[in-house]
Amino acid sequence: MSNAMSADDAGPGPGAPPASVAATNTPPHVSRRKPRIAVFKFASCDGCQLQLLDAANRFLELAEHVEIDHFLEARSRSVPGPYDLGLVEGSITTPQDVERIHEVRAQCRVLVTLGACATAGGIQALRNWGRIDDFLSAVYASPQFIDTLATSTPIADHVHVDFELRGCPVDTTQLVELVTAVLVGRRPRVPQHAVCVECKARGTVCVAVARGIPCLGPVTQAGCGAICPAHDRECFGCYGPAEAANLVSLTGWYERRGTPRAELARLVRSFNAWAPAFREEGDRLSAGPAGTDVESSP
Amino acid sequence: MNDAADAGRATGGRDGDASVRRFTVAALSRVEGEGALRVRVRGDAIEIAEFNIYEPPRFFERFLRGREVREVPDLVARICGICPVAYQMSACHALEKALGITTTPEIESLRRLLYCGEWIQSHALHVHLLHAPDFLGFESGITMAAEHRALVEGGLRLKAVGNRIMEVVGGRAVHPVNVAVGGFHKAPALAAVAGLLPDLEWGLGRALDLVQEVSRFDFPADVRPAETVCLRHATDYPMNDGRIVSSGGLDIAAEDFLSHVRERQVPWSTALHAGLMPDERPYLTGPTARIHLCRDRLPPRARAAADACGLELQPRNSFRSIVARCVEIAAACEEAVAIVRRCHAAVDPCRIEWTPRDGVGCHATEAPRGLLWHRYVIGGDGLVQEATIIPPTSQNQAEIERDLRLLLPEVLALDDAAATRRCEHLIRNYDPCISCATHFLRLEIDRPSMG
Repeated sequence: MSNAMSADDAGPGPGAPPASVAATNTPPHVSRRKPRIAVFKFASCDGCQLQLLDAANRFLELAEHVEIDHFLEARSRSVPGPYDLGLVEGSITTPQDVERIHEVRAQCRVLVTLGACATAGGIQALRNWGRIDDFLSAVYASPQFIDTLATSTPIADHVHVDFELRGCPVDTTQLVELVTAVLVGRRPRVPQHAVCVECKARGTVCVAVARGIPCLGPVTQAGCGAICPAHDRECFGCYGPAEAANLVSLTGWYERRGTPRAELARLVRSFNAWAPAFREEGDRLSAGPAGTDVESSP
Repeated sequence: MNDAADAGRATGGRDGDASVRRFTVAALSRVEGEGALRVRVRGDAIEIAEFNIYEPPRFFERFLRGREVREVPDLVARICGICPVAYQMSACHALEKALGITTTPEIESLRRLLYCGEWIQSHALHVHLLHAPDFLGFESGITMAAEHRALVEGGLRLKAVGNRIMEVVGGRAVHPVNVAVGGFHKAPALAAVAGLLPDLEWGLGRALDLVQEVSRFDFPADVRPAETVCLRHATDYPMNDGRIVSSGGLDIAAEDFLSHVRERQVPWSTALHAGLMPDERPYLTGPTARIHLCRDRLPPRARAAADACGLELQPRNSFRSIVARCVEIAAACEEAVAIVRRCHAAVDPCRIEWTPRDGVGCHATEAPRGLLWHRYVIGGDGLVQEATIIPPTSQNQAEIERDLRLLLPEVLALDDAAATRRCEHLIRNYDPCISCATHFLRLEIDRPSMG
């Protein structure tokens, strides 16, 4: 997981006209080409795509400034690539999708992942700690008809990703900021600090300090507005690990105050369980790394 | 509808045998998720009519095992970004039965308000952006907005009204964080709840008008009726509670559901098919079924709107589901207005305390798309031992295929592009929530050349 995209990487915005058109003597009949956007879905709940639609009237406004050339949930028209910006929701869980994500990457000048599934493998990455046969037979009477991989993995495990937008789901305002930034060719202004900072900003009393609730706020990237502590409950890590998160220190503190290890392992093993910092801590707190603790949680 | 721009998804042609005609839709659009449709006709005989769901399985029922009871509402929300509250409500009520606790009328009222928000936003999305373009001849709500700006903007505003309820009561519109086993983590501020009222009153007025507008859409002729299944409550329009009833006389408690409904795996789908026993016959769940069986429980203004537009009492025509959905937007706004007006104090307690114990609990609620049944086995250690979830779309899947077979004779008289659009339209009638689906909805019709 990285949010590493410099303004240089983004290059000139697709909204910027080709050099020939940008020349001072642009004839009046040559208009700037609208940037082309495509939205792709892999294994997911559709919630992040819904955030695009939930920009409500901003959605219609957006549709006026860009060409939404492929967005199956919203429209039947599909125009072949290449696209200036590809937004990818969902994780890779089938052999076909391993192929498809490479095709998607080849079609997109800038590729951005939306949300915990695309960025960290999602809640369905809990299978990564089990045996897939066991998972299949728990749900299906005839598992032989089901074509699935043993793992759920993030997009960046398969292709180069230019930017990862966190969240389960992503935040609508961050999404609009991201699309705008990519299209004008600057770095998206997305905070990298921890949820703790958002609690302080909105004046929420710390649930960990004041009420002894094990909370992932100190190690989770901001973006949600710290809504969980504001509802008298723990942050459970929707936005994944914050930069330089010190998981061991935090869980050690909770453990010394009496929270069982198994409970802390479950806390870091949810929607971003497969994100490296959470994954390592989940493994340390439970029996061992992926594939070795079949019978324990998840 | 721009056929040329649509060509990337739909292709026609002859495949080997010149007498056999084939066309394919590479991807079904304007549904939550992706699936496939396969049809083969030889002469007058329909050999295959399958609605495929290539949803890559995410194994929720498996990984819920070993998780804490209190985590379940947050986990099952992620089954569906469009209807997370439905999953949270079915799970909470089932787990509360397993724990042997009951909540208060105030908590249930707040839950109903939250659920109204989800119905409003989910139905408004489907009606305006996914379904109406089929009736008005557009490929999307985006292009439709050019000629029907007020309709689309009204739809987006209705959706925002639903979202706002979910934010105020649930903390977030997609995957609410405030839902807990036993109630809510925190009671919403009274002023914030009261602040919903102006938007809700606007929403009710808009939805009542909308019922009349969509009832004037062009609908095809009726076909034979479906058997309907939904919850029925003693006094209220069904949402969080009630007995499971059917138009065929079924009347059971949620605990008895699996004695009357069988889920079966079919090779062409990663969603399990459900059928009514003893003969595993298809049935319909969702807005049309609810209005069919619980029309007398609609709040007065929504019911008057349903009466005024002459909405068929018999569910003979899946295309009319858009009218049923609009009646339910009005009903949800009307109910929400009533709940907000009754809300004179913050809900206290907002959560019933509980202690872990061994137990089993089953419960069904009405998701926007229909009956959503959950069952949990929990242990004294506070962990889930077993979870079973039967979502509405897997219950509707067999009915969709039955309806498709009934539609085919009419469709086969159309050219390829029109036939393809008609089949896709029929699937959208059911608002299928195949939201974990990844692959393609392919429509393949093998049929003798029309010459």
